[in-house]
Amino acid sequence: MSRPTFLDRIDRAAPAVFLLPAVLIVLLMSIFPLVLSIYLSMSRLRFEAGKTVLDFVGFDNYAKFLFGNEQSVLIGTLSTPTWVGWLFLAAAMAWAVYSLIRSARVEGIGGLLSNLLNTLLLFGLIYLAISTIFSQSGRPGALVVTMIYVIVGVTMQYLIGLGLAMLCTQQLKGRRFFRIVFLLPMMITPVGVGYLFRMLADTNKGPLVPFWDVIGASGFTWANLPWGARTAVMIGDIWQWTPFMFIVLVAALEAQGVEPIEAAMVDGANSWQIFWNITVPAITPASITLILIRLIEAFKIIDLPNILTNGGPGTATETMTLYAYRIWRATDIGGSAALAYLLLILVTIVATAYATFARKNLSN
Amino acid sequence: MNTLFKKKSSFGVSPIGAVLSYLILGFWAFLILFPLYWIAITSFKEPDAVNNGPFYIPFVDFEPSLHAWKYIFGTEGTGTITKFTNTVGVSLISTFVAVSLGTLAAYALSRYTYNPKVGTVWTFVGCMGLAIALGAMGIGWMLAIAVALVLFIISLLTLSRRVFKKSLDNGNIAFWLISQRIMPPIASVIPIYFFFQAAQNAFKDAGLEIKLIDTWFALILSYVAANLPIVVWLMRDYFDGIPKELEESAAIDGANRYVTFFQVVLPLVVPGLVATFLFVLVFAWNEYLLALFLTNANSQTMPLFVSAQNATRGPQWWYLSVLVLIMIVPVIGIAIVLERYIARGLLVGAVKG
Repeated sequence: MSRPTFLDRIDRAAPAVFLLPAVLIVLLMSIFPLVLSIYLSMSRLRFEAGKTVLDFVGFDNYAKFLFGNEQSVLIGTLSTPTWVGWLFLAAAMAWAVYSLIRSARVEGIGGLLSNLLNTLLLFGLIYLAISTIFSQSGRPGALVVTMIYVIVGVTMQYLIGLGLAMLCTQQLKGRRFFRIVFLLPMMITPVGVGYLFRMLADTNKGPLVPFWDVIGASGFTWANLPWGARTAVMIGDIWQWTPFMFIVLVAALEAQGVEPIEAAMVDGANSWQIFWNITVPAITPASITLILIRLIEAFKIIDLPNILTNGGPGTATETMTLYAYRIWRATDIGGSAALAYLLLILVTIVATAYATFARKNLSN
Repeated sequence: MNTLFKKKSSFGVSPIGAVLSYLILGFWAFLILFPLYWIAITSFKEPDAVNNGPFYIPFVDFEPSLHAWKYIFGTEGTGTITKFTNTVGVSLISTFVAVSLGTLAAYALSRYTYNPKVGTVWTFVGCMGLAIALGAMGIGWMLAIAVALVLFIISLLTLSRRVFKKSLDNGNIAFWLISQRIMPPIASVIPIYFFFQAAQNAFKDAGLEIKLIDTWFALILSYVAANLPIVVWLMRDYFDGIPKELEESAAIDGANRYVTFFQVVLPLVVPGLVATFLFVLVFAWNEYLLALFLTNANSQTMPLFVSAQNATRGPQWWYLSVLVLIMIVPVIGIAIVLERYIARGLLVGAVKG
């Protein structure tokens, strides 16, 4: 073999040339900050004659949120569940035992062990949600509130998005108009959406005043009720992010072939059977990825509660990102970083559980 | 795609179904358009017309006025234009860079085989930890990073081939890139701020007056990093959908890998490229948190300007509305383009993964 020429060398370097810039930027701007914020989360900022000093405090910041005086804000107040709570808890317990037994039977002892940690963590989160929401005197903290927003929001966005996407892939005149309109909310800056919904939800001078008058709730102040304020935030979130589900589902629906549907129609299947046996399997792979992406993004919700309710009443609508932002403004940078890390752990638990569930139960 | 639509129409929509569909679609369209209408009329309202409201129809319920528009484009004129230019410039450039680099990486992950050693990755993480530990002890960040980098390169040259056996594959790299989206921005924004500040101070010590905080550069670099994962996620599926035979025949014809990529493969994914570009552009256009931390006066973007209208006297709804409107208009154009590409079934490749 002859010696490689200069051009050959450049040609052979192509894999590195193509991949390295992206990897380097992510290393510099994502991994480096990630490692640095571990250090920040274990330190406390102190001001000292014209400069700032970071003192190393170990896990103090984490302990503060999980066990210390900030516990009631992050986790909430736990209390004995009501009978509805016990019912949910029993269901969750049954699910946990079932999933553990199943993984033990299918994958053996190794599968059981790898599933054990995940199941326990998830069950812990469910227990937390039940004993703060469906309980006698409990009060959900930022962690549970964030999970409510994410689960309710993503579910509603998916269902509405799917419904609209199915309607918009029919042969209807003017469907292009609807498709463009349905995309719009996603394109408005979240800050703008926050102010927009604050205007709309104003019960004194907002456009819905006649409506409040009709149902006999004039002067009703949703902002003073924890669940009223949370509902307002969720409606805003659903309004803004349904388009993302919609746009990808339209593409997925248009990608499925027509032949199986026609064959089923010839065989006399009704539209429900066609939907359940042909359309749903066809869009499942896209849906799994889509929901995972939305799930990850939904945990980062901050602008909407910040502007719509400012986290209030009290801290009832505060999400974890908003909470981290609030204590960052109070110059508790270490606490803020610790909180961000707790959120990272939470997202990883939920996303892993979802991905495992989707892989086991949906992908075939 | 055309034949597909024609076939679909053969089993059409029943009249009752069509009426029901229009009712539901119309209802949702109303839910979207009414808030936008409310923003539009609020931008033409005097403060009195907002505070004594609700008033719905201009000229009938209230007398429209241009005072808010005059304020935003007159009194605040230069500021508005600067912020608008910043938003356009930063989001266009960052999107262009993110899509270029992300597309290259996505193509590489779809076509070439990589097997980085697990040990190399851990060595790198260890060296980074060392750099931070050294920096925290007060050695000076630039020196600490240089020491760690040299250590890493030395260990890479000496250890990598002999000691590290277990290796990763393309799937691992792709997952690692995509998983960067899991990190909440609040976790990375403070270190990123410190990072730019440290770099700025280091330049200053070296006698160079280079500003980083409150510049386009800082914003662009962070937006590129934030959006690269999305580009890789979307584009990798497009490339996976393109048959490898095309490149193989190009290689037989003697084209090198760069020529093959730019002249044979890239033209085939232009629709996906456009869709990805527009997605990322919207994310960059509306980004708030990074801009809040990294900018002061010079390179503020529009989302910050919108939230700045929440003055001590309470939100200035009329100014807010004007700003939200001028932010929406360019984006509506994007929605129209995006819809075209979806209508042609061109986003399809991206959703099959």
